[in-house]
Amino acid sequence: MHILSMLMLALGAAATVTLALQASDGVMSFHAGLMALFFLAGIVLLHRRRSKWTGDEGYEDGIIRAGAIASTFWGVVGFLVGLVIALQLAFPVLNFDLPWTNFGRLRPLHTSAVIFAFGGNVLLMTSFHVVQRTCRARLAGGWAPWFVFWGYQLFIVMAATGYVLGVTQSKEYAEPEWYVDLWLTLVWVVYLLVFLGTLWKRREPHIYVANWFYLAFIVTVAMLHIINNLAVPVSWTGTQSYGLWAGVQDALTQWWYGHNAVGFFLTAGFLGIMYYYVPKRAERPIYSYRLSIVHFWSLIFLYIWAGPHHLHYTALPEWSQTLGMTFSIILWMPSWGGMVNGLMTLSGAWDKLRTDPVLRMMVVSLAFYGMSTFEGPLMAIKEVNALSHYTDWTIGHVHSGALGWVAFVSFGALYHIVPIMWARQRLYSMVLVNVHFWISTIGILLYITAMWVSGILQGLMWRAYDHLGFLEYSFVETVAAMHPFYVIRALGGLLFVIGSLVMTYNLWRTMRGDLRLEASPIPSAEPAPAMGAAS
Amino acid sequence: MTYQDVSAFAQTYGLLYLFLLFVGMVIYALWPGNRKRFDAAAKIPLQED
Amino acid sequence: MIKHATIEKNSILLTVLVLVVVSIGGIVELAPLFYLESTIEKVEGMRPYSPLELSGRDIYVREGCYNCHSQMIRPLRDEAERYGHYSLAAESMYDHPFQWGSKRTGPDLARVGGRYSDEWHTAHMRDPRALVPESVMPGYPFLATTPLDSADIAAHLKANRMVGVPYTDEMIANAATDLAAQVDPDSDEMEALLARYPKAQVRDFDGNPEMISEMDALIAYMQMLGTLVDFGSYKAEGENLR
Repeated sequence: MHILSMLMLALGAAATVTLALQASDGVMSFHAGLMALFFLAGIVLLHRRRSKWTGDEGYEDGIIRAGAIASTFWGVVGFLVGLVIALQLAFPVLNFDLPWTNFGRLRPLHTSAVIFAFGGNVLLMTSFHVVQRTCRARLAGGWAPWFVFWGYQLFIVMAATGYVLGVTQSKEYAEPEWYVDLWLTLVWVVYLLVFLGTLWKRREPHIYVANWFYLAFIVTVAMLHIINNLAVPVSWTGTQSYGLWAGVQDALTQWWYGHNAVGFFLTAGFLGIMYYYVPKRAERPIYSYRLSIVHFWSLIFLYIWAGPHHLHYTALPEWSQTLGMTFSIILWMPSWGGMVNGLMTLSGAWDKLRTDPVLRMMVVSLAFYGMSTFEGPLMAIKEVNALSHYTDWTIGHVHSGALGWVAFVSFGALYHIVPIMWARQRLYSMVLVNVHFWISTIGILLYITAMWVSGILQGLMWRAYDHLGFLEYSFVETVAAMHPFYVIRALGGLLFVIGSLVMTYNLWRTMRGDLRLEASPIPSAEPAPAMGAAS
Repeated sequence: MTYQDVSAFAQTYGLLYLFLLFVGMVIYALWPGNRKRFDAAAKIPLQED
Repeated sequence: MIKHATIEKNSILLTVLVLVVVSIGGIVELAPLFYLESTIEKVEGMRPYSPLELSGRDIYVREGCYNCHSQMIRPLRDEAERYGHYSLAAESMYDHPFQWGSKRTGPDLARVGGRYSDEWHTAHMRDPRALVPESVMPGYPFLATTPLDSADIAAHLKANRMVGVPYTDEMIANAATDLAAQVDPDSDEMEALLARYPKAQVRDFDGNPEMISEMDALIAYMQMLGTLVDFGSYKAEGENLR
């Protein structure tokens, strides 16, 4: 097995070195070089750590520590790029008239950095943590989880540098080109095998429901990724390709992918986090396990149909639009079922919200989840969508989900995991968690209210008529009207970035083993022995 | 295949399929024999750190 | 009934069930698009992009224009007045990938062709706020000074043919000469170009005859957007199902 792994890595190195030398464009050369470095580093690591990766004792926690660091790092990067592009919309001079810094190239950098780099690393980290603890088994596959981790980082670096250098296939949230997509497919299949392998080894008769959500996330994202990214490269040694789908078929495939990236990456995966960490933090089992089963199946079943609501009033057949709208509205039910399940887990323990800011962060994330999953179905109604589509309302909606739900539940998980993984008594400072919580919450509120107003305002201005029956506003007048809201939005983003820096500092001090002397009698971050609470 | 065919299919068999799926799911979740199993599963996260 | 414990305990079964459940929605929604008349309807006037237009489209994609500009006019009164006839499915039938977009930070571009002069576009790309003071669009002055890399244009047409765009052998063989001919009104190849790509606009788009720049290609693409279908004579086949 060891020889075989070495051989495969050597083969990969040889192939990518050749590609780097033969590439028909500079970016391909650069990326093939990165892949070659990856393989060479893999050979060295595999050689040096051989003994470490053969044992089956205890848990593989090193990868969770690596995941915590990577998540925090990419989170800050992604939020910062978001702040930059928000400022570009308010002050366009910040585009600097250069190819590498214009909004069109940086916006995918922001979306990919927050969704795939930050969100993806949080999902890798938490899924590896949850599956080990709930199965009471070490991660399967020896070095394979590390291949997933580092392979995923390589995917991020290739995607990000590609965008800046002008390599994109222009499908939103699926911008990476064909060779990066192939690489991610490989990494993802290994991820699935590691996850399944760990489930097979479990010493627990049941598969806990959080793992169902993670599994659905991994399997469905694989399916979506492959089908949406089918393409024919212009040359096997070049970066560019043309997608297999065209026009209306491509549009639906893309939004079937795009919506389910939200549904399975940003929802199912993070619900996996909710179903483990909220009970853990509240020190009591989930409110209703039965509800969680209904939640799971109805959520994954309904979500997959909702994609067409991104294409209301387009050239997509009306039948598909109506179907997408109907399922989007029904989807409200399981979404709120899940939220209720999470919130009610605290029943009888609401007092913890006062003393534990980490739990408070998780609970507020559920509130934002409830809010954006109410807003989503509303915006999927055709008549509402006629106004909201193409405007900032969509951007506001996405961010109430992304900042309020995804990021907050991730922060909660990070604050929970870091002291445990570094074997610290508690976080460095609970006061700083509180500071982070309030700065970020105010930032989110500024962001989404600015986008609500600007979105609805612009939508109304586009359709306004004067008393003579002519369109009242030229397009550029509606752009000018957005300026104050773009400034407020950037301010909200700035607060969110500052919050994430406060978290980074706090986590870093925690990792170092520092404890800040704090007066308030806040209980330790590490929950008390849990069986007591459960019985 | 026309627009009408597709929408007619969705409004009949499609609806039936969805309904049955939902009923099956709820029965599974509420089946009395499953209660113990679910209670045991719900406690899994509290066992280890 | 299935034994419940089986699903719950068997991870492979769980994986398969998840896959089945999530596949159905996708299949039922996607498959009809390849058969329904309204989505595969052929419309008079649609043709594959000329080599120069295709290169321009590649630049449009590379710079991420789709992030702020849609190319999909909805059948709403104000959009018809602002942008023109609503977009037909057929109008993006050769778009790999589609460029409908999802956000209008800037206006829709589906029918921008012929709305502004080449000079306006060139100046606007160089410095948007020189022409439209309130604009928030980035400047793209580098497009005019970067020569268009068209060495492998034939390979681009071939890749498009592999995904279903009806480029003929003749079109592929002449890709490089067609590309050069479209910016040179005095060229002998012009007639052949127009025979292969009816309604192609032939002129030096960026006002600099010394070089075929990325600006030439991008403006050639923008000036043809929405100009292929003649809506004076277009009649939807049957009832409008879009």
